[in-house]
Amino acid sequence: MNLRRLRAQTALELRLLLRNGENLLVTLGAPLGMLVFFTLVPVLPTAGREPLDILVPGALTVAVMGSAMVALGISTAFEREHSVLRRYGVTPLRRGELVGAKALAVLVIVVVQATAVTGAAAALGWRPGLTPGGVAAAGLALLLATCAFAGIGLAIAGRLPAMGALAMLNGVFLLLVLLGGVAVPLAEMPDWLAAFGGILPTAWAAGTLSTTLTSTGPPVVAGLSALAGWAVVASVVAARTFRWE
Amino acid sequence: MPTPEPPASIVVDGLTKRYGGRTAVADLSLTVHPGEVLALLGPNGSGKTTTVECIAGLRAPDMGTVSVFGVNPRREREQVVGRLGVMLQEGGTHRSATPAELLRTFAAYYDDPLEPLALIERLGLGQVAAQRVRTLSGGERQRVALALALVGQPRVALLDEPTAGMDPAARRQTWALVQELRTGGVAILLTTHAMEEAERLADRVAVVDGGTLIALDRPSALAGAKTGLLVETTTTLDPATLAEDLGVAVSRAGDGRWHVAASTDMIAEVSSWFAARGLPLTGIAAARERLEDVYLRLTDSPDEAA
Repeated sequence: MNLRRLRAQTALELRLLLRNGENLLVTLGAPLGMLVFFTLVPVLPTAGREPLDILVPGALTVAVMGSAMVALGISTAFEREHSVLRRYGVTPLRRGELVGAKALAVLVIVVVQATAVTGAAAALGWRPGLTPGGVAAAGLALLLATCAFAGIGLAIAGRLPAMGALAMLNGVFLLLVLLGGVAVPLAEMPDWLAAFGGILPTAWAAGTLSTTLTSTGPPVVAGLSALAGWAVVASVVAARTFRWE
Repeated sequence: MPTPEPPASIVVDGLTKRYGGRTAVADLSLTVHPGEVLALLGPNGSGKTTTVECIAGLRAPDMGTVSVFGVNPRREREQVVGRLGVMLQEGGTHRSATPAELLRTFAAYYDDPLEPLALIERLGLGQVAAQRVRTLSGGERQRVALALALVGQPRVALLDEPTAGMDPAARRQTWALVQELRTGGVAILLTTHAMEEAERLADRVAVVDGGTLIALDRPSALAGAKTGLLVETTTTLDPATLAEDLGVAVSRAGDGRWHVAASTDMIAEVSSWFAARGLPLTGIAAARERLEDVYLRLTDSPDEAA
């Protein structure tokens, strides 16, 4: 790992991810839109809880899916198709440095997203009783969720033609939003669907963030373990199946 | 006492590469020394790109060996890529990035890079340096790809059709750059369809057809291999009859021209042969074959392919 190359590549990856209008729509537009919309139009059942306590973990999860899975996956799929990855193969940039640069760029974006979502929530009146331990655990949950969704995004980007990957990533994004408990609570679904939705990384990410930020949700250790499991499985699948050209 | 030749920077020995049942390259051998330009000349699908990709370490040979700086470019990738500059035919230049961003980033990959902005100016890309690659013309993209290949000050340059899509001015700039690299001792392998390019730049020309090396020599030696008369006619000619009547070899030279293996003493005889048959003779001259003619003869292309 050469720091000069890693730093230069991370700067490039970050600029490229932020440049794309569709990317900004899915990375910032979707989570902020959902936060504001469901606050102004209270159609979601809240079971007596503060609506923003339910919406913030969901919006954070959607944000991570948007950047780590959709934006990273689509841009990587096009880089594959346009032989950009192949071209890197005849430079001193190593694969580990390229993957590391992409990971760092996505993490920077996740930090920006988390700041934007929590900032918007605070502006809408969200006053959670945060603890330092809770915030640290939430950060770890975000990190693991980022790894898991990036793994899923790259597994899809690593095999399909770019347009196919684009369609598939958007489809998977929609499915995870609908079934992962962030738009429709799992409790409102038929049992079999809720059982399926409950194992998805989206549900674990939103649930763990809810526990760490608002003290309502699955046990933190179980949530973090499940997210770590998803991160490992998705990364291994992506690494095993990824085609560089 | 002759100075000993420096060790070759690129050694290809018996390279064979198949895709499925199709043989792209068959038993191809060549070397390129420091300060030498070798042009790979051949029609589409003749195996030029596959050869370049094997030398770049992007593809593994099915048979034979490739070495760059004395090592296997696939297995010892790290030892090669820092001193290697590659221009791939399909580009691989990120379309959402700008030339300036890409050159800055690529410069950081190498230990002793050229100044990116100076290279951008040198290649006439100053006006478009801050535009996304997606919005550039084909020739501009080619120049960006060339700049990316050269920014690391390579000792071996592999340029796959470097001037494809460039306008004449850009082509001349590129030629000047290649000549500079050569003077600086860089070993350069380039592929081209353009005879003029091969003739002007190359120290040696390797003509490939159907994946096989069919000639490898200095351009002047290749072109001078056949002297005689160049006969031009607007009508179809039966070369066998002409050859039989005159007792010399006749071969197609392309563009309605025919090569007659005879000395200038026979000009009168040739013209009267045409006159006797009422055939139009639009030109006759003592000719040294142009490289283009050699290429057409060797690769057996129909005229229109030129």
